[in-house]
Amino acid sequence: MSSRIFGSGIRRREDPRLITGSALYTHDITLPGMAYAVMLRSSHAHARITRIDTDRAAAAPGVLAVYTGADIEGALQPVPCAWLLPDSGLKIAPYPCIARDVVHYTGDIVAVVVAEELPQAHDAVELIEADYEPLPAVTDPEQAAGADAPQLHAKDVNGDDIAGNQAFHWTVAGGDVDAAFAEAEADGVVIKERILQQRLIPNAMEPRGAVAQYNRATGELTLWNTTQNPHIVRFLCSVVTGIPEDKLRVIAPEVGGGFGSKIAVYPADFITVFCSKQLGRPVKWIETRSENYQATTHGRDHVQDVELAATKDGRITGLRCTVHAGMGAYLSTAAPGIPTILHGLMLSGCYTIPALKEDVYGVYTNGVPVEAYRGAGRPEATFMLERLIDVLAGELGMDPADVRRRNFIPKFDDGHEVITTLNYDSGDYPGALDKLLDHTGYQALRERQAAGPSNGKYLGLGLSSYVEICGLGPSQVAGAIGFQGGLWESAIVRFHPTGKVHVFIGASPHGQGEETTFAQIVASEIGVDAGDVKIFHGDTDATPMGWGTYGSRTTAVGGAALALAVRKIRDKAKVLAAHLLEASVEDMDYEDGKFFVKGSPDKSKTIQDIALMANVAWDLPEGMEAGLEASTFYDPPNFVFPYGAHLAVVEVDAATGQVDLTGYTALDDCGPQINPVIVEGQVHGGVVQGIGQALWEGAAYDDSGQLVTGSMLDYALPRADLLPPIDVISTVTRSPHHPLGVKGIGEAGTIASTAAVYNAVIDALKPLGVKRIDMPFTPERVWRAIQEAKGS
Amino acid sequence: MFAANFEYHRAGSVAEARQLLAAHPGAKLLAGGHSLIPLLKLRLAAPEAVIDIGRIGELRGISNGGGALRIGALTTHAEIASSDAVKSGAAALAEAAGLIGDPAVRNRGTIGGNVAHADPASDLPTVLIALDATFTVNSPDGERSVSAADFFQGMMATALGEHDILTAVNVPAGGGGSAYVKFSHPASRYAVVGAAASLTVAGGTCTSASVAVGGATAVPARCASVEAALAGQALSADVIAAAAAAAGGDLGDDLLGDVFASGDYRRAVTPVYVQRALAAAAERAG
Amino acid sequence: MTVPVRITVNGRPVERDVEPRLLLVHFIRVFAEQTGTKIGCDTSQCGACTVLIDGVSAKSCTTLAVQADGSSVTTIEGLSDGEQLHPLQESFWNKHGLQCGFCTPGMILASHELLRTNASPSEAEIRHGLEGNMCRCTGYQNIVRAVRDAAETMATAK
Repeated sequence: MSSRIFGSGIRRREDPRLITGSALYTHDITLPGMAYAVMLRSSHAHARITRIDTDRAAAAPGVLAVYTGADIEGALQPVPCAWLLPDSGLKIAPYPCIARDVVHYTGDIVAVVVAEELPQAHDAVELIEADYEPLPAVTDPEQAAGADAPQLHAKDVNGDDIAGNQAFHWTVAGGDVDAAFAEAEADGVVIKERILQQRLIPNAMEPRGAVAQYNRATGELTLWNTTQNPHIVRFLCSVVTGIPEDKLRVIAPEVGGGFGSKIAVYPADFITVFCSKQLGRPVKWIETRSENYQATTHGRDHVQDVELAATKDGRITGLRCTVHAGMGAYLSTAAPGIPTILHGLMLSGCYTIPALKEDVYGVYTNGVPVEAYRGAGRPEATFMLERLIDVLAGELGMDPADVRRRNFIPKFDDGHEVITTLNYDSGDYPGALDKLLDHTGYQALRERQAAGPSNGKYLGLGLSSYVEICGLGPSQVAGAIGFQGGLWESAIVRFHPTGKVHVFIGASPHGQGEETTFAQIVASEIGVDAGDVKIFHGDTDATPMGWGTYGSRTTAVGGAALALAVRKIRDKAKVLAAHLLEASVEDMDYEDGKFFVKGSPDKSKTIQDIALMANVAWDLPEGMEAGLEASTFYDPPNFVFPYGAHLAVVEVDAATGQVDLTGYTALDDCGPQINPVIVEGQVHGGVVQGIGQALWEGAAYDDSGQLVTGSMLDYALPRADLLPPIDVISTVTRSPHHPLGVKGIGEAGTIASTAAVYNAVIDALKPLGVKRIDMPFTPERVWRAIQEAKGS
Repeated sequence: MFAANFEYHRAGSVAEARQLLAAHPGAKLLAGGHSLIPLLKLRLAAPEAVIDIGRIGELRGISNGGGALRIGALTTHAEIASSDAVKSGAAALAEAAGLIGDPAVRNRGTIGGNVAHADPASDLPTVLIALDATFTVNSPDGERSVSAADFFQGMMATALGEHDILTAVNVPAGGGGSAYVKFSHPASRYAVVGAAASLTVAGGTCTSASVAVGGATAVPARCASVEAALAGQALSADVIAAAAAAAGGDLGDDLLGDVFASGDYRRAVTPVYVQRALAAAAERAG
Repeated sequence: MTVPVRITVNGRPVERDVEPRLLLVHFIRVFAEQTGTKIGCDTSQCGACTVLIDGVSAKSCTTLAVQADGSSVTTIEGLSDGEQLHPLQESFWNKHGLQCGFCTPGMILASHELLRTNASPSEAEIRHGLEGNMCRCTGYQNIVRAVRDAAETMATAK
């Protein structure tokens, strides 16, 4: 069995509770005596609060309390930023849980109502009278960095001035960029592009929420929270609320997706804790979807000015870019690291780029704080490169596939250092592209395209080759790049007397299926049935410390911790088996859950035999401890670098600007696949999220800073009827440094697909002279681009 | 999301509903609720009383007689979309009903509630204008009939008075062909542009044409110049395209626009959708 | 004011005096104590709250509890027959038609409605049948597979 379980597409172990409605999400937690909180959020993007009168609300039926900024003074510390980007002049603006003087975006909390019943709390919030003196607002990051822009924050948390709304200025550089561009200007090609990575709303289907239960007698607090990382929440909740970590239990029950939006810690969650503590009752707060749009972190929001230098035969010689990254009103938990470390360091992509320089300006704007969103920095890097390569191909009259081939890093299997100093682990980028082109009949598609439009519909092909950094990451590196935590993961493996296994992990999956794939790891490492392994996660009292599920790191880091823990068990079991079989350990062999004497396979003990003996401990070798349990804290020696190549096929109706995505093929290499069905599912979802950015999604603010796309009526998410089937294929390249050789797959689809679809649409419209369109490709934008190209 | 509280009254008959309306000034009628409940939840509407007419059996169902379909106000979109009588007599209406929202919405939403709400991005008003439907209204002075042209008066505004109850929509079930083609907003599923066309054809020649476009204007626009360009013409793809090209001009000067699609754009693509609706209608008209 | 409402939820009659503004989804979750039905949005778009009212699908966040008075509501908890999963549940499990699971109850009931009205849908019909239900995890592909699989199972069983 062990030889087959790794790599088998078994059904998920988490599904029975999910398909029957018996799973409990935060919203489903109800406790005796529970009260309900509703936040009053600012209706202005930028304003001075001149008066808040809560008297009528406080007197409304069922209302237990109304708190404002004055009430939390001293009780709730400002929300901390936990990624202190070094060498960047980082200026962290104070991020109060409840705004007291000035509100900085339309989701800023100005008061909270707690009532016996939820509808009463909603009614009472309407009775709070808040007066504001509006201030000018700015939501575009480039404008916010401009000389005349309204200034959001005068001082940072240390009392230093914040000038020009600049939160940080970070640079990555390698090689002689100026020389590369000078040479290309003289005898080569220089491409310039302006790329807008629009603001996106993550839209985990489960809205965020918190249930806080404070016990006055013990001083202990239990917090059920919609989070991707309960241990980080415990850590930071302790900092903000002052409740000691040993008295804080954070539970991430069933969590309905995150996509980065449930990494951050949030004011509303701490306020819910505060309310429970004040009232001595459990308090529940669940955001509405509109509130989610207004206040749960957004993603992307880059304005990029990029230049590429190349030779006339299509070889890249330099890359130079300036990025204005909108951070929103405050620096969210991990925000400074996203457009910098996770973006700038990936700018070599799959290519040999001898020189590059990027300046990233993190800018405060009057918008929702921007955080990680599936891919987090890497889609913005991949997009930049993949777009520029297509532009270069057009400039040189080459096929985009050929330009990629000309610049790919050749196949390598044990390390390759790129100009940004990252050391990629293994990859075959040309091989991936070739396989994709073969599989999709790329040449035949090009021939079909050459035949010209049919019924006014233009065919377009878009390629995207990508490599991503994931498996975050070595903790020493985390420290060096300012991340205020470690990035290792942990696993405890416990065998019960009957041979059944409990595994406790520090990571916190929320849809990715690790209750299954981790059971498969245990099964393949020690020969138990995957059905005999139960994975526990998401409860800080029940699991070892861990840093959470994001950045495609759970299997890459947590899976390694688990494999190593099981191997410890195997080592101990072998010693015990040798003892029971009266053989020397050196003479023992192991296969498929059986420990046997070399050459005598019938002289054996099963892992179940060993588990029983270890637990009853009647006959152990001298000095061996009872029990069969092991724990591992795995700190990876390097990141892992999954990669792949995707092809999008579109048809564009020139008369209306409607884009029809007619085909999509994803080739991904995440190393050996523990469960290929789950891998495929991750690719499907990731690809569709990236398609969403290209075609439909975009958060828009008006001039006063009001969110125009404030509900699902306005913000368009991918729907089943708008999508073609996604064809998923793969190659397998082991990571040389990972115990299982695996990489990561959660974000791959999103990292590749936006650029693929973008390139396809522009490719389709090439005969009409269209060169660029801002995302998302609404029909009007596409239609206008066609009209403008016609006119010029 | 919670609506502000309101009083609830359930009417067992049209007569009872009228009495309740008289007793509760400002009350809102509730049919399927798919226009009203979203407004209540967002507190964009906060009536003191809601009168539920959803269970009045006499208001539900489709009957066919005298060359017209009588569609009770409480007939759901799903019933209309799947009705053989509607599909054969007024194909555009079945088509439009089948494009509203999604299946669960169509199971609850009603034709009466939809047209009384008069959302400019709604589908049914466009079709009903193109098909020259009439609306049967029960009012304190008795029953009256209102033409579609008179019924829709503006954005979210109709000819229904405070004490009126829409009881039925009557649609001529002609011998021609009709079609509805929609450019759906990818998020809301409402019409950015929706084109309805109804044609009668004799011996390959168009004997009458009726065209309306919704989504682009406060009230769906009747496209008189398109209709005029088709009447008496032998129908061909070129004739249809040439006639449809004039549709943008029939929309008047006040076009709706938003962050997704400007008025100019809606005007520019209107001919494409009108042309597609005409082509489909022509095929059905034989 | 409150009004008396009696709704049979998954076979169990539940009677309460409720405020007229109370939505069916809250009645189901709070009074019938069946929390499988989810609330994912506030504008009738996402479909997480989809239930069956007298066997026909409806968005329970756009239906007042009082509108469903006297009716019989089926939620995800009522779909299986004891421990015997409904073919749709089996197919969603077999085809990896879910990840985080939050959209799943509504998605399964929307699929139930689709198969009620069209026992043998094409891929395109399945995709259209699910247009009122959003999933952020799966890209819908395995959901489509699951519905097709369930349709085949249910056809064979007949």
